[in-house]
Amino acid sequence: MATAPALPGGFELPLEPRLPRLGSVDAVALEERADVLSKRSIKRESKVFALELAIRMMDLTTLEGADTPGKVAALSSKGIRPDPTDPGIPSVAAICVYPNLVPYALERTRGTDVKVASVATAFPSGQSPLQVKLDETRWVVEAGAHEVDMVIDRGAFLSGRYAQVYDEIVRVKEICAGHAHLKVIIETGELGTYDNVRRASLLAIAGGADFIKTSTGKAATNATLPVALCMLEVIRDVHEETGRVVGMKVAGGIRQSKQAVQFLVQVHETLGLAWLTPDRYRIGASTLLNDVLMQIRKERTGRYQNPDYFTVD
Amino acid sequence: MTERKQDVARRADKAPLAAAWDYAPAPEARDIVRIQERYGLFIGGKFVEPLSGERYMTIDPAREEPLSEVAQANRADVNRAVKAARGAFEGAWSKLRPSERAKYLFRIARILQERSREFAVLESLNGGKPIRESRDVDVPLAAAHFFYYAGWADKLEYAFPNRKPRPIGVAGQIIPWNFPLLMLAWKIAPALAAGNTVVLKPAETTPLTALLFCDVVRQAELPPGVVNIVTGDGRTGAEIVSHPGVDKIAFTGSTEVGKAIQRTLAGTGKRLTLELGGKAANIIFDDAPLDQAVEGIINGIYFNQGHVCCAGSRLFVQESIYEATIAKLKRRMRTLRVGDPLDKNTDVGAINSKQQLEKITSLVQSGVDEGAELYQPPCKLPERGYWFVPTVFTNVAQSYRIAQEEIFGPVLSVLTVRTPDEAIEKANNTPYGLSAGVWTEKGSRILAMAQRLRAGVVWANTYNRFDPASPFGGYKESGFGREGGRHGLEAYVALDDA
Amino acid sequence: MKRLPVQKTYKLFIGGAFPRSESGRTLVAEGANIARASRKDLRDAVRIARQAGVGWAKATAYNRGQVLYRIAEMMETRRSELASVASSAGEVDRAIDRVVWYAGWADKIAQVVGTANPVAGPYFNFTVPEPTGVVGILAPEPPLLGLVSRLSPVIVGGNTAVVIASEAHPLVAIELAECLATADVPPGVVNILTGLRTELAPWLASHMDVSALDLTGGDGDVAELERLGAENVKRVVRGKADRQSPYDITAFLELKTVWHPIGM
Repeated sequence: MATAPALPGGFELPLEPRLPRLGSVDAVALEERADVLSKRSIKRESKVFALELAIRMMDLTTLEGADTPGKVAALSSKGIRPDPTDPGIPSVAAICVYPNLVPYALERTRGTDVKVASVATAFPSGQSPLQVKLDETRWVVEAGAHEVDMVIDRGAFLSGRYAQVYDEIVRVKEICAGHAHLKVIIETGELGTYDNVRRASLLAIAGGADFIKTSTGKAATNATLPVALCMLEVIRDVHEETGRVVGMKVAGGIRQSKQAVQFLVQVHETLGLAWLTPDRYRIGASTLLNDVLMQIRKERTGRYQNPDYFTVD
Repeated sequence: MTERKQDVARRADKAPLAAAWDYAPAPEARDIVRIQERYGLFIGGKFVEPLSGERYMTIDPAREEPLSEVAQANRADVNRAVKAARGAFEGAWSKLRPSERAKYLFRIARILQERSREFAVLESLNGGKPIRESRDVDVPLAAAHFFYYAGWADKLEYAFPNRKPRPIGVAGQIIPWNFPLLMLAWKIAPALAAGNTVVLKPAETTPLTALLFCDVVRQAELPPGVVNIVTGDGRTGAEIVSHPGVDKIAFTGSTEVGKAIQRTLAGTGKRLTLELGGKAANIIFDDAPLDQAVEGIINGIYFNQGHVCCAGSRLFVQESIYEATIAKLKRRMRTLRVGDPLDKNTDVGAINSKQQLEKITSLVQSGVDEGAELYQPPCKLPERGYWFVPTVFTNVAQSYRIAQEEIFGPVLSVLTVRTPDEAIEKANNTPYGLSAGVWTEKGSRILAMAQRLRAGVVWANTYNRFDPASPFGGYKESGFGREGGRHGLEAYVALDDA
Repeated sequence: MKRLPVQKTYKLFIGGAFPRSESGRTLVAEGANIARASRKDLRDAVRIARQAGVGWAKATAYNRGQVLYRIAEMMETRRSELASVASSAGEVDRAIDRVVWYAGWADKIAQVVGTANPVAGPYFNFTVPEPTGVVGILAPEPPLLGLVSRLSPVIVGGNTAVVIASEAHPLVAIELAECLATADVPPGVVNILTGLRTELAPWLASHMDVSALDLTGGDGDVAELERLGAENVKRVVRGKADRQSPYDITAFLELKTVWHPIGM
């Protein structure tokens, strides 16, 4: 088993079935704080700043049964040059695909700064034998994925088998270590409470997550502002007590520029500028990109835009 | 693989992209408000010239700019207002069916909602509070208060078992500058619902929303004299208190003035309710949801620049989490945005007046002199206007002035406790008893603390929440009587045997 | 030979005991030597009442109701003694019935004045009554019924009392104290002083550890007493000497409102 990374006081390993002194979350106060932050009024140059940053942080994603090499190639091109008419628009952070499509994404993004992320470990449910999950992870890493988005076993988590969840993360991390960044999806929409979100986040970080990620995008509820805030607070606690830096990825249901800006304000006022970089924060999305492009052009031209002027890929 | 390893390492070390993300100014447009150059007194349904002939300038404390000249009412003016109120009480208002009275109040509530942005902007202009608060707290709550009490007007007999409630008569109401419109609503709504008429004096420094409210009274077509607004300083208030034609006094303000009013009314049999000062304890136990508790601390003391009688100005932290709490608190303070009250992103606005700024400054100096450790986040304040950086004192002893006296500013004093009993003992060790906060995940401890804290409002795992249905008021020297809820009616009814 | 009766010495009632005035002074009232309480006796009574308040406020409402009922029982057994110093036997009967009436309120008043408040947000919010603290009472006439009518609502709500008995008719107050002393009333919950009103009342009204004043028995001095009471914002009540009402209980209660978020 991997050496355990440093954790805040009270979270020392080995993990007991029940984690002691986790800290708790008050749902109402958390939601109120998230609500206040969501009402920040971000205008003009500060808005353009946020929108460009959102593109740089974007994991442009397609996770459909109908995905094909052609679809992934087109998406990759879009990610490299989101707006062919405006060379000032940066590339996205990564293209996020299913394992089988990793080679096609890699091929199209070769020579660019755009990374390739693959989901793994029986995404989205995680309900497969451990060996299958590990084999899948090994496969995508060997295929050359720069980043692995794994899911935790929510069934194990909700039945209190925290050690099992932890062990799986550790095993996946062993495979990724030194080769690919590991994002651990805790699927907040299935965890039921913010206390569980906090607990799962700590578990993921303890297991070696480079990033913790809200959702698969396949559950009924995806990344909400309070859930993201709750996770940022965990990252902050870990950083303040140990200095360890953990990244954050929000995913699922983020379609509007306004939402992206709200998430970024949250990061800004919770973790500070240091986290306002693609190395530490990602936004997983598929249709968000064009809305951001439209908003940027609106800010630059002063005119409201028509979607037909932006390519659909 | 080696190349990729280097890549991974390089990416992890990459510096943040931005040096700063300064939010662009997002000022609320002020042209929605039309402020008159000068105002008279609102008596008998219309604005009249003050018999005193005196006026003074009311200003915008964030810019130190004059806004309007308002009247300084004297004894003759107050007398005129009381006569108008008496006339209205004995005339149209007391003869009105209660259900009709209710409808007037519903009208006022609706008009306040319709004109909410106008009131919010004016409140922030004249008082210095952030537009975010006047927009999201003060004005909606004021409207809600009228809406709540409107419904009581024709149901009073259900509020007081075995009694026949009747109005008292003319209520003299004196309100403070920290929540000008909201305090007006707290005073006028229950008074009118119970069938009284009122003479209300807004605070000297913040008369403008009360004067704008006169236009709501006009639009609602309230009978003349039911609501009378007289402006002026403490001298005007004293005239109201001592006027023989006033049947009831409701005062919100300092404990010192409250005592003076109680002395003045001694032996007169006039009804009195007082909502006075506070020095609330906000108690954080080691099992508290810490990030939310820190938000509660921030909201407890920096809400409305700390100009809040129930502000959580004494923070008691259990020693085992003291350092973590203070680190989180200071970090959070660094994200507070202090500045233009009209900017939608402002968290902390201007201090209400020069006088108040001087008081805060002198008490903070006393804290430094007595040996407490001061922390203020780096903060760029505007050049003009009255400002005070959000401040926290650690290493505070219970005996220091900053732990005893009401500062009424953005200044927090932190003390440590070891056990719940010690927290109770220290929290209650004050002549005040308005409010308290307690943060813990343990249900039985919440209830035990709530039971033993000698305070009229206890916020458990929250702070500074207000609602028209929720009674508010103090124990001990924080006053007597309640505002809000069914209990808030009691101040405005005489209870005859059924 | 005729037996010489044993005469009673009328003393003060402080902290469950019957001390003489620390000043050693007495005065004659209703043909007896009664203790003339000093301001130091009053100070002691307030201090003891404050201490007794901790336990009395914490006692269950059921327990307080039983104690009040026990007072009525003790009064009933001493009915003739009380009657011998009250204005009439009728006054005693009404006083006993009044105590019984208030005894029944102990575990109901919170249900009548307490509320669950429907606030516009995810919070559970409720208001409950609590005792205000030490209440100073100037007992009105008639000496027993007036005293009992003002004292019962004070203590049934969990307050403790310092009573200045009728100056003209103090004997029945001490007779009542003997009922209280045998009725399981915790020591210090009720303290009764006899003496001169003008000497005692200003000290009671100005005492910073007295939370409320019942001036129903006051006469010409009420305005000054109210003025003195303002120094610590005392709740001042002027009620009726012969009335029973839950509103007389709530006059000495504080209302506490508690908020708690409702969340998962």
